[in-house]
Amino acid sequence: MIPLGHYLFVSAVLFAIGTAGVFLRRNLITILLSIEIMLNAVNLTFVAFGRQLGGFDGQIIVFFVMTVAAAEAAVGLAIVIALYRHRESLNPDAFTALKW
Amino acid sequence: MLALIPLFPLLGFLTNASLGRRLPKTVSGAVASAVMVASFAVSVMTVLDLAGSPPDARAIEQVVYTWIASGDFVLDVTLRVDPLAAVMILIVSGIGALIHIYSTAYMQEEPDGEYARYFSYLNLFAAFMLVLVLGANFLVLFVGWEGVGLCSYLLIGFWFKKKSAADAGKKAFVVNRIGDYAFILGVLFLFVQFGTLDFQRLAGMAAALPPEEGVFGALSLATLLLFVGATGKSAQIPLYVWLPDAMEGPTPVSALIHAATMVTAGVYMIGRNAVLFSHAPETMTIVAVVGALTALMAATIGLVQNDIKRVLAYSTVSQLGLMFLAMGVGAFGAGIFHLYTHAFFKALLFLGSGAVIHALHGEQDIRNMGGLKRDLPVTYWTFLVGALAIAGVPLLSGFFSKDEILYETFREGHTVLWLVAAVTSLLTATYMFRLVFLTFHGEGPNPAPSHPAPSHPAPSHLAPSHLAPSHLHDAPPAMALVLVVLAVGSAVAGYIGMPHGLGGDNQLAAWLAPSFEPPAGARPAEAEAGPEGALELTLMGVSSAIAVGGILLASYFWLRRRELGAALARRYAGVYALLLNKYYVDEVYDAAVVHPIQRGSERGLWRGFDVSVVDGAVNGVGAIVAEGSAILRRLQTGSVRAYASSVLIGVVVILGYYLWR
Repeated sequence: MIPLGHYLFVSAVLFAIGTAGVFLRRNLITILLSIEIMLNAVNLTFVAFGRQLGGFDGQIIVFFVMTVAAAEAAVGLAIVIALYRHRESLNPDAFTALKW
Repeated sequence: MLALIPLFPLLGFLTNASLGRRLPKTVSGAVASAVMVASFAVSVMTVLDLAGSPPDARAIEQVVYTWIASGDFVLDVTLRVDPLAAVMILIVSGIGALIHIYSTAYMQEEPDGEYARYFSYLNLFAAFMLVLVLGANFLVLFVGWEGVGLCSYLLIGFWFKKKSAADAGKKAFVVNRIGDYAFILGVLFLFVQFGTLDFQRLAGMAAALPPEEGVFGALSLATLLLFVGATGKSAQIPLYVWLPDAMEGPTPVSALIHAATMVTAGVYMIGRNAVLFSHAPETMTIVAVVGALTALMAATIGLVQNDIKRVLAYSTVSQLGLMFLAMGVGAFGAGIFHLYTHAFFKALLFLGSGAVIHALHGEQDIRNMGGLKRDLPVTYWTFLVGALAIAGVPLLSGFFSKDEILYETFREGHTVLWLVAAVTSLLTATYMFRLVFLTFHGEGPNPAPSHPAPSHPAPSHLAPSHLAPSHLHDAPPAMALVLVVLAVGSAVAGYIGMPHGLGGDNQLAAWLAPSFEPPAGARPAEAEAGPEGALELTLMGVSSAIAVGGILLASYFWLRRRELGAALARRYAGVYALLLNKYYVDEVYDAAVVHPIQRGSERGLWRGFDVSVVDGAVNGVGAIVAEGSAILRRLQTGSVRAYASSVLIGVVVILGYYLWR
């Protein structure tokens, strides 16, 4: 059986990749995809721990996360489309109007 | 049953205050008078009830409701009528009812709304005054005390469009406030000392203490503070200055509030706490001296004033001084007796002067009067009865009461005070008959005096087209009726307290006696002053001579040799000006108190404290917030990446802290 540490390592790597994507990429869609990666890294941690501890709690919460992620993707993409129609750009640095 | 006595006038107040503007004058006047008559009827029944019980048990108490219940401290709104309160409720509701009836005619020229407003104030005043005299503890008394002060202010300033009237109301209110401040301090001090505010229990506790002979202890301080309150309400030195100005109000108001009832509240309050005061001889001395000085000073001022109401106002101050003198020498019965007779004749004199002013369409300066005897017979004869009574002419009411005060003062060994009071009596007779002669005798307007009038011109809301005799009309029926009733009262009211020396048995003194002693038991056997009839008769002869002498003096100067008065005024111009300007007391108060406060308020409180400290603090806080925000808002860039970075950094820092702790 693959030990817990391996799962957690993969999960940490995935999470780091996602975080780097969020901060380094300049495309809103890519950023959304990076967020999905981060979410899935967390999902992996949940199921790994769930299996390690022998219960279903980890798996159940993963279903919740997937549901919310789907909703988030739908809303997020809708906002991105609306922004694109407004500015003809997907660069987050183009949208800084919401300040003092 | 007791609660009905103040409730009736309160009902009249509510009716006139809420519906008054829609009621015709006859209805609002009739309602106001009817509630007073009803209140008087209940008072009479109560007093008859009281008279039916044995002297030791003459008290009816009614707990209306519990006002304050806080831990150990319970305060009920309790009404209590005892012999002293009985006399007072009869005066307040009886004279009050008469003056209401008089007012229905006197105020006839006011428009409907104003007429109802007048009667609502007057009813409210009566309600508060009755609460004041019926209250069984200091707080209930204080409610009435403040309430009558309010009504006094409202009624002095009744013609508030006239600046002098509005100012006079304000002055009365502020001066009373000074006295009330001392009064409430005295009440609180008593509460701290004795733990109760009930008159009966206070008297019982104080009776158990030794009199503070020669020391100025707690009781002396408390009673002195109470007395300062009384000087405000009852117009004694140093707080008398508001009463003469209070004459700006309608004349019936002057009669009811500023002569017969409210201003006697201070005298009543001392009588109510007779036990406390008699255990503080130091305070008693102060009361007596202040009373005597006030009596003399006001009488000298009254001698030269030219406004008919002002002469009466100073006369009131002077007579109140005599009452305080009586209280101060321990002759509580004599003081209340004088209060009672004074209510009759001073109300009569004021209402008589009101009839004169009414007839002359607002003229108040006696130099513009004269010879009114022909045209105003009813007013003249009733006024004359009042003047004879106040002068102390034998067998009229004022004679008995004033004589009793003089006698008691002399008997207690205060010869100097007796002399002061005797001189005051002489002056009283003189200035009253100066008023009578200048107003009613002679041939038309009097010669101009050597000095122009002081700063109080006769109110001329109606230009005096006066003294075309054909226009003069005597008092209308409602006013004439009241004048006659009061004249009869002034003549005979004194017989209830006819002294032993004249074969009377002084029923009033016997009736009042239980009120001035500690409750039930422990009553020291009183050595009745029986066999001093000779002294009493001698003093009586002296005061009769004084009264007659004063009248003769007045008739010499102002009836036969009028030019002599003017010559005298010129000869002693300094003294005359001093008296005419009321010893410059108003000016001194202005310079010593009013102006410093105004200046201090303007420069210190307004420009100094309000502008720099209060406004500075408010504006400073605003400025600090604005400056701080100008820096902090740079953080809000609007860039999502910047926000996300700060979240990341925050998470790293927090996690790092927990991991490497």
